[in-house]
Amino acid sequence: MAKRIDAVDLNVYYGSFLAVQDVNIRIEPRAVTAFIGPSGCGKTTFLRTINRMHEVLPGAYADGKILLDGDNIYDAGVDPVTIRAEVGMVFQRPNPFPTMSIRENVLAGYKLNGTRLSKSDADAILEKSLRGANLWNEVKDRLDKPGSGLSGGQQQRLCIARTVAVEPSVILMDEPCSALDPISTLAVEDLINQLKEDYTVVIVTHNMQQAARVADKTAFFNIQGTGQPGQLIEYADTKTIFQNPENEQTLNYISGRFG
Amino acid sequence: MTEQVTEARDPKSSPITKSSGNASGDKIFAGLSYGAGALILVVLAFVAIFLVTESLPALAPTLFSDQDSISSADNFWVYVVPLIGGTIMASFIAILIATPVAIGIALYISHYAPRRISTPVGYVIDLLAAIPSVVYGAWGMLTLSTALVPVYGWLHDVLGFIPFFSGDPSTTGRTLLTSGVVLAVMILPIITALCREIFLQTPKLHEEAALALGATQWEMIRMTVFPFARAGIISSVMLGLGRALGETMAVTLVLSGGVFTLSLISSGNQTIPSEIALNFPEAFGMRQSELVAAGLMLFIITLAVNMVARAIVNRNKEFSGAN
Amino acid sequence: MSTAVKKTVEGASPDPKASKNGKSSRNGNAFTAGQKPRWVWAVVLAGALVVGAGITVVLGGEGFSVTGWLIFSAILYVIGMYVTTRVMENRRRATDGLWRNLVWAAFVVALIPLVSLLWTVFAQGLPTLIANPSLLTEDMSTTNGATDQATVDEGESLAGGFVHGLIGTLMITVLATLISVPIGLMASIYLTEYSRGGLFARSITFFVDVMTGIPSIVAGLFAFAAVQLFVTTFIGTGPAQLQMVKMGLTASIALSVLMIPVVVRSTEEMLRVVPNELREASYALGVRKWQTIMKVVLPTSISGIASGVTLAIARVAGETAPILVTAGFLATTTWNPFNGWMTALPVYIYRQLINPTAPGAPLPSELRAWAAALVLIVIVMLLNLIARIVAKAFAPTKTGR
Repeated sequence: MAKRIDAVDLNVYYGSFLAVQDVNIRIEPRAVTAFIGPSGCGKTTFLRTINRMHEVLPGAYADGKILLDGDNIYDAGVDPVTIRAEVGMVFQRPNPFPTMSIRENVLAGYKLNGTRLSKSDADAILEKSLRGANLWNEVKDRLDKPGSGLSGGQQQRLCIARTVAVEPSVILMDEPCSALDPISTLAVEDLINQLKEDYTVVIVTHNMQQAARVADKTAFFNIQGTGQPGQLIEYADTKTIFQNPENEQTLNYISGRFG
Repeated sequence: MTEQVTEARDPKSSPITKSSGNASGDKIFAGLSYGAGALILVVLAFVAIFLVTESLPALAPTLFSDQDSISSADNFWVYVVPLIGGTIMASFIAILIATPVAIGIALYISHYAPRRISTPVGYVIDLLAAIPSVVYGAWGMLTLSTALVPVYGWLHDVLGFIPFFSGDPSTTGRTLLTSGVVLAVMILPIITALCREIFLQTPKLHEEAALALGATQWEMIRMTVFPFARAGIISSVMLGLGRALGETMAVTLVLSGGVFTLSLISSGNQTIPSEIALNFPEAFGMRQSELVAAGLMLFIITLAVNMVARAIVNRNKEFSGAN
Repeated sequence: MSTAVKKTVEGASPDPKASKNGKSSRNGNAFTAGQKPRWVWAVVLAGALVVGAGITVVLGGEGFSVTGWLIFSAILYVIGMYVTTRVMENRRRATDGLWRNLVWAAFVVALIPLVSLLWTVFAQGLPTLIANPSLLTEDMSTTNGATDQATVDEGESLAGGFVHGLIGTLMITVLATLISVPIGLMASIYLTEYSRGGLFARSITFFVDVMTGIPSIVAGLFAFAAVQLFVTTFIGTGPAQLQMVKMGLTASIALSVLMIPVVVRSTEEMLRVVPNELREASYALGVRKWQTIMKVVLPTSISGIASGVTLAIARVAGETAPILVTAGFLATTTWNPFNGWMTALPVYIYRQLINPTAPGAPLPSELRAWAAALVLIVIVMLLNLIARIVAKAFAPTKTGR
């Protein structure tokens, strides 16, 4: 079920401003791919084009192609809603629905669907998703309490469980640990390593150690100056990027000379 | 405010030399601002006290046996209850029409319209809220009422079995239903503006969470915007209701009033503000206190409605999901 | 793949048939499979228009109502789109489309009365005003039923005018502003700068909220009762003294009751936006608190305050009922708000409509009312525009937010 992602000549605009230029990349299924780069380099913008979430911002649009197993998600007539159920997303700050309990949060995708789940099916999905998010043992006794009552790290894992529950083929993560403490971060990183067995995982991170720890492949984005578009500079196995990068900009960035 | 003038005349001197000389300025200024706050409380207390004293002769005529008896009925309550009924009926018509439409426009502005349309529409809504009520009244009296005459005939023919549409349809269209429609148009911008504000405040995080799960636009709104805005919607509708209850001109000009009737499409009915506006200029003595007493009833009703609305807003503040 | 499809969200899942056939099916993209063709809406619209016409003819009896036709067609279109989408795609898409259409419908429905209102005022008022500019310079002292009758019967030009209403509105509003702005300003300064959130401050905030909800006619009754009490206590209770109660000042007091809460609310908001760093910087220079307020806090927020005050003026300038019960109405011009009845422009419109000068020939009165309504709208809109410009143009470049 994990799908391969291909970006072909992708440009992203905010109004007339070109934010990301000419990205061509192939992201492999059942692997973790990390996007790194300095602030404003377009890595998050590019990530959001993979499930068309950038369209939430007024004036934002993309041209070029993003292929999910060969199907272009920007073809005329494609409903972004279809894409977003296929490509799940976890955000920088945990955002469980405040009015819903933990159980309702996990099953939110099914509730949308209007699928009549029997109690046993619902419980099975609930347990499977929460176990999948390494959260089951912590919350199994308070499933009907509001999700906003959990700690930050638990909330983020709840959001991952919510994404996993609808069984997407790709999971995008936009700096999922930047609002978390080190222990919670570790828990989420362990989870990412498990998720790649079933999904295509793409993670944006500011933290290079994190990229080195979790990613199989790493893409480095950069901008040449303010007002310039972000570009994909180098894309290779994580090991190569961090130990033997081809591009000088990459070397400067990973050795901490800027960013 | 006098020390404001002295201050302006003061030559520009260093703050240090000033500091000792103007110590009393601080006290006066603090006193003035405190006094202004107190005055507001006093004024509101006086509103209540004056309304009660002026309406006592009508409320308790036995205490004032030298006065004439009440002019239009044996008893003040017999007089005022049909008026309260008319007021509430007109306001509820207005709320029933305005609420869904206002929520629709607010959603249109906040979530559906492209930005280059939504911003001007927002401005226009604000400007419409500023149009004087007498203009709405004039429009309702001369334009809307004639346009609604055939509709009333049709409603009577098709739905005449319902008491609200049973009476003879008015040939001028100047009925309680027309007044209600005009009131709805008047409070529409108010409810819309308040709802739009609240809808726009829905945390983006929650909206994106819903979209990223594959929610359609409408599902996203139902999952995130409505739960977040529920209390706000209720209170803005209540504030609109308070406005409709106290609105005078839309009813005075539009309605050709009369005795209380359930039929919304015949002449008849009257509301408290309209009754006061029509009769107060020529009223004196007992009739005058009777009208002030009616105003007191209106005051109490709107006060209750507004306080409930405020209470909802305040409760919402403490438990809002915003972060 | 097939199990995954079953479990994914319904609207999201590609059409199962298309998935089985693989991506090589028809259009080559699994994500657009199972969608209705794009021209469907046009077919539904055409159908709705035809059926709508049929219903209008059957229900309408004699004559064909275009309005009725459009209403029925719109309802049929919304229902038709829902049913088609539901059959051709799925329930979620259909529901989403249904609400999208309803939201658009709400927008259109609301536009109709608002456009009609503005159109009526301009179409009736503008030609009248252009043909009879004397409306702006004359009052009603020489106009009576006979002159209006002559206008209708013999085509004489429109007599009379509403300059007394303009003057009345000006005097009453200016007086109300003079009363409410100092009180409102000082009260909001108390709330932001002096109070520490005690019971007194909280009750002011609460009762200011309550005051915003006072029906305008009740404010009129209050001002009337207050002035009457004052007059009977200190001046006398004779008919001549009671006559004194109704004057421009009484109306100004009534408008102040409506205006003060608006001024307090907007000013308070503006003062709270002023960053605390500015106050502290001033205190650190040894400047006294009241001078800090006068020289630092108020100047920083003055544009916001001015714009709030202008909006408050715009609101009370259009009030009718409170002026009607406190200042009455008059056919002649007077500049004196302290003695005798006074006409305000909204009251003039109201009187012309409800009590035409020539009861047998109300048209001249209606024309005068429309012209006055146009002038009133222009005044109120100008005040709103000024408020916006002031708020934008003179806004401090950096605020606390």
